[in-house]
Amino acid sequence: MVDQLLELTQQLLNGLSQGSIYALIALGYTMVFGVLRFINFAHGDVLMIGAFTGFYLGPKVLQVVGGGPGFLAMSIVLVLAMGMCALVGIAIEKLCYRPLREQPKLTVLITAIGVSLFLESVGQLVLSPDPQAFPELIVDKAIEIPTSWGAISSLTVTLSQGLIFGVTLGLLVILRFIVMKTKLGMAMRALSFNPLAASLMGINNDRVISFTFGLGSALAGAAGILTSISQPSIDPLMGVNAGMKAFVAAVLGGIGNLPGAAIGGILIGLIEALVVGYISPTYRDAIVFAVLILILIVKPNGLLGSSEREKV
Amino acid sequence: MKISLRILLALVATLAVFGVMPMFADDEIKVGEYASLTGGSASFGQSSHNGTAMAIEELNAAGGVLGKKLKLITEDDQSQAGQPATIVRKLISQDKVVAVLGEVASGKSLEAAPICQQNSIPMISPASTNPKVTEEGDYIFRVCFIDPFQGTVMAKFAQGKGWKKVAVLTDVKQAYSVGLADFFMKGLVAGGGVVTKEQKYSTGDKDFKAQLTSIKASKPDAIFVPGYYGEVALIAKQAKLLGIKVPLLGGDGWVGDSLLKVAGSALDGSFFSCHFSADDQRPVVQNFVKKYQAKYNEKPDDMAGLGYDSAMILAAAMTRAGTTAGPALRDAIAATKGHPGITGLITIDAQRNASKPAVITGIVSGQFQFVETVAP
Repeated sequence: MVDQLLELTQQLLNGLSQGSIYALIALGYTMVFGVLRFINFAHGDVLMIGAFTGFYLGPKVLQVVGGGPGFLAMSIVLVLAMGMCALVGIAIEKLCYRPLREQPKLTVLITAIGVSLFLESVGQLVLSPDPQAFPELIVDKAIEIPTSWGAISSLTVTLSQGLIFGVTLGLLVILRFIVMKTKLGMAMRALSFNPLAASLMGINNDRVISFTFGLGSALAGAAGILTSISQPSIDPLMGVNAGMKAFVAAVLGGIGNLPGAAIGGILIGLIEALVVGYISPTYRDAIVFAVLILILIVKPNGLLGSSEREKV
Repeated sequence: MKISLRILLALVATLAVFGVMPMFADDEIKVGEYASLTGGSASFGQSSHNGTAMAIEELNAAGGVLGKKLKLITEDDQSQAGQPATIVRKLISQDKVVAVLGEVASGKSLEAAPICQQNSIPMISPASTNPKVTEEGDYIFRVCFIDPFQGTVMAKFAQGKGWKKVAVLTDVKQAYSVGLADFFMKGLVAGGGVVTKEQKYSTGDKDFKAQLTSIKASKPDAIFVPGYYGEVALIAKQAKLLGIKVPLLGGDGWVGDSLLKVAGSALDGSFFSCHFSADDQRPVVQNFVKKYQAKYNEKPDDMAGLGYDSAMILAAAMTRAGTTAGPALRDAIAATKGHPGITGLITIDAQRNASKPAVITGIVSGQFQFVETVAP
């Protein structure tokens, strides 16, 4: 009994770090939906751009900082990748989505899919489709948490898993601060309620939207670096799977709802770990998407979402 | 309306011209090749393509075959299931190739083989080791050994090292992995060993901690991972992270240049079976290594050697048959005996497989090291 509890805890610990990655990406989806009412399908590929930024800048940062892999080098690469992805996100919005602001939502949705395919294809052409080895930014170690009961003598948490969870938590706190306590955050929230009224109040909609995209993309970039630290094999298509799972997470938590996206991400991570550990790795993706279908049937606004009523 | 009609006519005309032109190139023998040039198993396709292309170049430089130059038409299946069928159909029906070379991955060969068989176009796989591939029909050949042999080789190797308890981690999405795991387990049990745990993963997975945690708890002496290099590298890294100290064993799916780049020192002390070692001192091998290095600026691996051999065997068969017609060419390939290939003396047996020795390679300090050759 204790044995099984320990194994369950181990599987859940594994799921927590993957869930953190999904949470970071899901936040980007949800923020863009909240402000612009459409799903930016190219978001998952921004993760890939973050990872490759780290791939190219990593060795140089390591050289400049000296002393081999460590937290300083990792933090610098993280910040640089987040910055790069923010710029990419803002550029995509300006070039591809802003001209279509007056068009029906379907048009911009299809454009988003197009941007996603474009990023993947260009990535394969320019960056080589083979998996590349991500530079070692921190020396990963397994931390054994000794438990003296049962056959499983200890729980293992890797340093990278702990790092992912910690950094995600930190970013979530910073995000909450930005959204709740700054003027820009207030503008974002106002825009998500009513864009026309917001602009009447003197908010520069275009700038706030750019900022939203930048913020969401920066989080995706962070996710890209964090995921590459624990799974150092990167390739141009790495964002596809994570992007889709994060989308499910965002819908699960309630699309447009920030805490919902974070919770949804963690939940999907935990569900995946449980399915892989107790059922079979083959069913992992199937069950995650079954969750999507289920939540859309039972509670389409997600766990934390509230039904929006159109006021005439 | 008028303008778009003109544009349409222009398009049709262009297509017609480009479609008709190839028909006039009659002084060439067209050979089709399908390989994974991009995607998760791109290393397989690029290596085998390099070897094949080098062979075709050499043959053409020496005057071609049957007085004509060979034209290699290569298509990329992007490491994706479903693609081989489409592109082989295109090679046969549109490009009108006389033979098809490919693929390295057994799963992909199994897709294309029925199509080649139906159209009576001989297919030579350079490196597919799953026995089912040549069972598809008498037009399908391979120039490498098959998994019943490869699995037994690794089982005997484990036995020789005294590793009686072995856990197995299989890639369920690849026919190669499932087949090889099966044959290994049969050989292991026949030699008195025991399988401590069987776990599964899918091609493209990045996280294996759940499976490895379960395997670690079963306390094996070694872990057999008959998968492809992309996932094996990550598995090795994560195994080390979880404190698994026992060696990993594998098959020729490990052959890929990113294997050691991604795994780093995590694969030290592990072993795998393959077709070829660049350290083989035979003159034909060293010659090949020199030529390959001069042309491509890197050392050839198994897939390159097998790609080269498959093309050479096809050419030799064409010369012997005196024609490129399907049935006669097929018979000539089937009659290949003692062909001096880079990867060994190749004789095509009655099941259209090659009976060849396997090379066991170990990894020491992040480098490949030749261990031994095992004859069938």
